[in-house]
Amino acid sequence: MEEKSTTSANEMKIIGFLCNWCSYGGADTAGVSRLKQPTDLRVIRIPCTGRMDPLFVLKALISGIDGVLVSGCHPKDCHYAVGNFYARRRLEVLKEFLPFLGIDADRFHYTWVSASEGQRWQEVVTEFSQRIHELGRNPGVGTKTKTENSVEAY
Amino acid sequence: MRIGVFVCQCGTNIASTVDTERVAEAARRLPDVVYSTTYVYTCSEPGQQEIQRAIEAYNLQGVVVAACSPRMHEPTFRRAVEKAGLNRYMFEMANIREHVSWISNDREANTKKAIELVRMAVAKLRFNQPLFPSRVAINKRVMIIGGGVAGIQAALDCADAGLQVVLVERKASIGGKMAQLDKTFPTIDCSSCILGPKMVDVAQKENITLYAYSEIESVSGYVGNFTVKIRKKATYVDWTACTGCGVCMEKCPSRKVLDEFNEELSFTRAISIPFPQAIPKKATINPKYCLHFTKGKCGICSKVCPAKAIRYDMTDEVVTEEVGAIIVATGYDLFDPSAYGEYGAGQYRDVITGIQYERILSASGPFGGHIKRPSDGKEPKDVVFIACVGSRDASVGRPYCSGVCCMYIAKQAILTKDHIPDSRCYVFYMDIRAPGKNYDEFVRRAQEEYGVQYIRGRVGKIYPKGDRLVVQGMDTLLGVQIEVEADLVVLATGIEASKGARELAEKLHISYDQYGFFMENHPKLRPVETNTAGIYLAGACQGPKDIPASVAQGSAAASKVLALFARDTIETSPQVASVNERACIACGKCIEVCPYGAIRWKELKGGIKKAEVLATVCQGCGLCNATCPPKAIQLQHATDNQILAEIEELCA
Repeated sequence: MEEKSTTSANEMKIIGFLCNWCSYGGADTAGVSRLKQPTDLRVIRIPCTGRMDPLFVLKALISGIDGVLVSGCHPKDCHYAVGNFYARRRLEVLKEFLPFLGIDADRFHYTWVSASEGQRWQEVVTEFSQRIHELGRNPGVGTKTKTENSVEAY
Repeated sequence: MRIGVFVCQCGTNIASTVDTERVAEAARRLPDVVYSTTYVYTCSEPGQQEIQRAIEAYNLQGVVVAACSPRMHEPTFRRAVEKAGLNRYMFEMANIREHVSWISNDREANTKKAIELVRMAVAKLRFNQPLFPSRVAINKRVMIIGGGVAGIQAALDCADAGLQVVLVERKASIGGKMAQLDKTFPTIDCSSCILGPKMVDVAQKENITLYAYSEIESVSGYVGNFTVKIRKKATYVDWTACTGCGVCMEKCPSRKVLDEFNEELSFTRAISIPFPQAIPKKATINPKYCLHFTKGKCGICSKVCPAKAIRYDMTDEVVTEEVGAIIVATGYDLFDPSAYGEYGAGQYRDVITGIQYERILSASGPFGGHIKRPSDGKEPKDVVFIACVGSRDASVGRPYCSGVCCMYIAKQAILTKDHIPDSRCYVFYMDIRAPGKNYDEFVRRAQEEYGVQYIRGRVGKIYPKGDRLVVQGMDTLLGVQIEVEADLVVLATGIEASKGARELAEKLHISYDQYGFFMENHPKLRPVETNTAGIYLAGACQGPKDIPASVAQGSAAASKVLALFARDTIETSPQVASVNERACIACGKCIEVCPYGAIRWKELKGGIKKAEVLATVCQGCGLCNATCPPKAIQLQHATDNQILAEIEELCA
């Protein structure tokens, strides 16, 4: 990797957890339709957002991943009927909990994209990637984060 | 583990924006990777042989293919590695096409991303275990939901092949929308003459069980073994006794019941047989209008019924059917034109919908097949047809083309000219969509032979003038405003998803699109299958379709069921949860969250309880895995260790 272009040098580390049935299909649809997207995101395919252990998100953010995106089937349209309802509860609690760990909750986002919504996927990825670029590098936990700084200032 | 990595160029689909050589080279430096290469089309036969050759030559124990989406070719490559003696789950895919090469032209960023995705796949593969499917017996009975022409075709094809068929229809008779049509395009065949014999066949086949006036209550189970609860709605008539003689209908004093079959253009009785060719030809009481139910008196039908079939105390009954496959053929509904206030549908009695005009044209319709206006029963001389009412119009949430309206307008205009030779027909249209066999010729016949006037443009307003209607529109080809005085206006209302389609989809665990049409597994290559194994689609429930296409899809769905039933057992996916009994603390949380009831208690020696997964019932969602406090229950092929390995690889 000798010749680094400007884009890849500035790339953020973003993980996307996508359910196999809706959002992974939606991302595929966006690809098939050649909808251009930022390149920062790396996708991990999971069977259902109900499989999402909040630990996965924490593990990533504590280790310095800059952003985590979770996306599944729209509520009431889950391939497994109720998996995304459980996911919604868990991830909502997680979101509230992140600042207590010194993690900026804006680095985490969950949403719903169906297999036919290629365009919506493009918008979700673009907006989230932009948001992470604005937040800049995740310093990780243990070093100074935005939250800690503000506590010190207080 | 000895791992081989194969980076696909997909012709130039991947190679044009990803440096595949560099990806392969980077892969070579990863731990456990002993071989890596690129190939132009890895999914091709020589491509697969190359994988098999490498497995043998390098004694590979695991394979990563970096190529298209696993939703596309994972099964292909799993079969390929299995042929070379590997377990099919010792395989991973990195999606470097849909998620990389097709979404960005930045070659540098793409290459870097592809390398990282390969690294993640290798990291996961190192935790993979061989998995072995189990087999379950198939219950070779099929259920068909919806008794329109698509469902009827599927039912007859399955029954002809010797299967036991359960046909469930929401209304009191099968036949669907096609039974309401007068003639069919482009042959002007009489609709009920070609559908009628098929309906009778359904009634006469011994291996078809028909549940009319019934709805799906709940569905559980999985491919090969579904359990379906069906609600048989109360008809208040014992159908085993009813002979369909119609005496009750003649004598019923409640005569102001709008006839649903005639699209509310005429009245029927509170006890009625839907139409003369109904299958089953049995009477049903509508309790909303029946004087026995509304006023508590009257019992005339009960007195006159020669078969003594009336049961006022009847209640809904829920029956259970066990089937191995389900075909969904629930059809469509028509757009409600009142959304277009300027057309005055519902306001002016002589502005009617296309399906209402079908009933007017039909010999079994409200006017015995004579064309009359609903308002005063006069024969119309000037008839205006307006196309795309609820089609190709994003402003009413229907941006799609309904596909059939251009054709049925042409047919209805021709029939109008046949019935009333001195009539004049005008069609306001946006474009003519006639892409079927003999379709365009048919539209041209309407224009050239029958002299139907086609005006390209939309109608802006309809208002009454005396006992006639003035249709104000634009001729966009001439660029002039046009006013046509009409006796009758027919709105070609578009096709929309059937009411209740979403609720049914949720019961069946199948997907639907933004308009409520059921989603096929693949828009081109798997148009009949749903995402749920063992559930198939036929007809307009999947999207707007005309009769030939619905019939073709009904037969296609039937052939899919027959292919499924050609074997006695099916493999179930081994990607299911499994319990580490030593770690299980018997909290029961997994049992609580499982949507499928796939986890139960198992008693060990000394009365110790542990959770146990029923592998054939488990669908592999992993809810239990995320819920289990000590992580004793793990979803195979998506274990905590496997997912964490992918995350850690990216953090490194």
